[in-house]
Amino acid sequence: MGHGRCVTYCIGIRHLRMSTTGTNWFKYSSPQAFHPLAGRLIPWFAAAALGLSGIGLYMGFFVAPTDATQGDAYRIIFVHVPAAWMSMFLYVIMAVWAGIGLGLNARPSFMMAQAIAPTGALFTFLALLTGSMWGKPTWGAWWVWDARLTSELILLFQYIGIILLRSSIDDLRRADRASAVLALVGVINVPIIYFSVRWWNTLHQGASVSITAAPSMAGTMVTAMLVMTLAFWMYSFAVTLARMRCVIVERERQPSWGKPAAIPDVAEAR
Amino acid sequence: MQWGSLAEFVAMGGYGLYVWISFGATALCMGGEVFVVWRRSAAAASRNEL
Amino acid sequence: MSQPSLSEALRGVVRRDLLLAMRRRSDVAMSVFFVVIVASLFPLGVGPEQAVLRMIASGVLWVTALLACLLSLGRLFTADYLDGVLEQTLLIPQPLAVLVVGKMFSHWVISGLPVVLLSPLLGLQFGLSGDSLWVLTLSLLLGTPTLSMIGAIGAALTLGLRGSGLLVALLVLPLFIPVLIFGAGAVTSSVAGIGSEANLSLLGACFMLSLAFAPWATAVALRIALE
Repeated sequence: MGHGRCVTYCIGIRHLRMSTTGTNWFKYSSPQAFHPLAGRLIPWFAAAALGLSGIGLYMGFFVAPTDATQGDAYRIIFVHVPAAWMSMFLYVIMAVWAGIGLGLNARPSFMMAQAIAPTGALFTFLALLTGSMWGKPTWGAWWVWDARLTSELILLFQYIGIILLRSSIDDLRRADRASAVLALVGVINVPIIYFSVRWWNTLHQGASVSITAAPSMAGTMVTAMLVMTLAFWMYSFAVTLARMRCVIVERERQPSWGKPAAIPDVAEAR
Repeated sequence: MQWGSLAEFVAMGGYGLYVWISFGATALCMGGEVFVVWRRSAAAASRNEL
Repeated sequence: MSQPSLSEALRGVVRRDLLLAMRRRSDVAMSVFFVVIVASLFPLGVGPEQAVLRMIASGVLWVTALLACLLSLGRLFTADYLDGVLEQTLLIPQPLAVLVVGKMFSHWVISGLPVVLLSPLLGLQFGLSGDSLWVLTLSLLLGTPTLSMIGAIGAALTLGLRGSGLLVALLVLPLFIPVLIFGAGAVTSSVAGIGSEANLSLLGACFMLSLAFAPWATAVALRIALE
């Protein structure tokens, strides 16, 4: 009874969407339709990523002035901060897809989460590496247990945990749902970790000082940083969509969740 | 332009090593990721040709 | 036949686990001896200087308790899973989350409580005294059940997987870290002479938070693992 009403409601929404916008967006929620759509979008995101990084790097190296206290070493923030922001942003997005997948029992949502994880882990690693590179000339040590770097380290562990859990489970459905649960539990942990590590830092005075850019950053510095962040974001879109396409094709090989091969190119190729 | 010469640009006020390792590693990792995904997509497509 | 009440089901789960543990008393003994041995390794590695030991005591003892919990997580669901009892438990009409609380409680009694009871002695080994010993015991009393609850989520997610021992550690250690920070922080601040109330209250908050969410998350994970 409830299911019937839900189906009618959903179909009603689809009709509404078709009448207002002329396109039915719901059809892209199936892997076979998503595959070509993603294929068409990727070049645009890639171009945007390259263009924006060009602008960002130009601004970062040739427009932004040398910092008074940190010299030219501060320019590392033009990759460090965007990488750190993307690592956290992607984790949250991944958790959102995981939650949607669990809530709606939707396979494509799980696939999206699966596609995001490696890119997020990469950005976390880069944030740590560049943070270390920044810390050495600024604070004299390769690694400082600063609240933000330590939180990034733990975030990396969480990403790796999700990826490893998925690869340890053979059954696709269980793998999808287990890594989704882990992602959701982890996303709750992220603010708790950040708070507790900052607490821990204040408790142990003199352990380190925070690697924050000087509070008064020149306008050009901020702009360059934001442009680079946007560039990384476009890059993430491109790579994640490309990986999603791989996941879709790979899954078509194993009719899991009881579905036969449905993508036209794949079916044709067979 | 604030750099007197290419040498100054590369040196980055003495911090050249750190700056270029950071940017280099970033470019390398992101390029590497693109390459890995490209290979994966080629492998997935070819396996489906069979 | 009337349906057993919620508390009866809970008591039944706890009674069964404790009974089984009593028959294999080695499980309890293993936790105890592990903690004792590992805690003794640190002075052997670091040197017997009292000042140094007092400084590292909180971290060492807390990490040891954490590892003891981690190593015993394999026993939480595996035995029941292997002999089919876990599947039956999923079919019981009582809410799974409540039954899971029972399992977490008995897990804590078997592997966490001995550590809590032993902690004053270990604290003495590390040169802690008076107030700090009390804070150590209290922090472990609040912390070890929290660790059991959070660890259960990992145990449920990795149920039946090969190599699950290491995988559980990797999944669960990031979740353990806040508890470690507040627990060890309580003892550290007590040793330093600053009050430990702040850390202990945060530890209590972690306990409450995990009591509210961990059983439910574990129940979801169990259902996923057993479908």
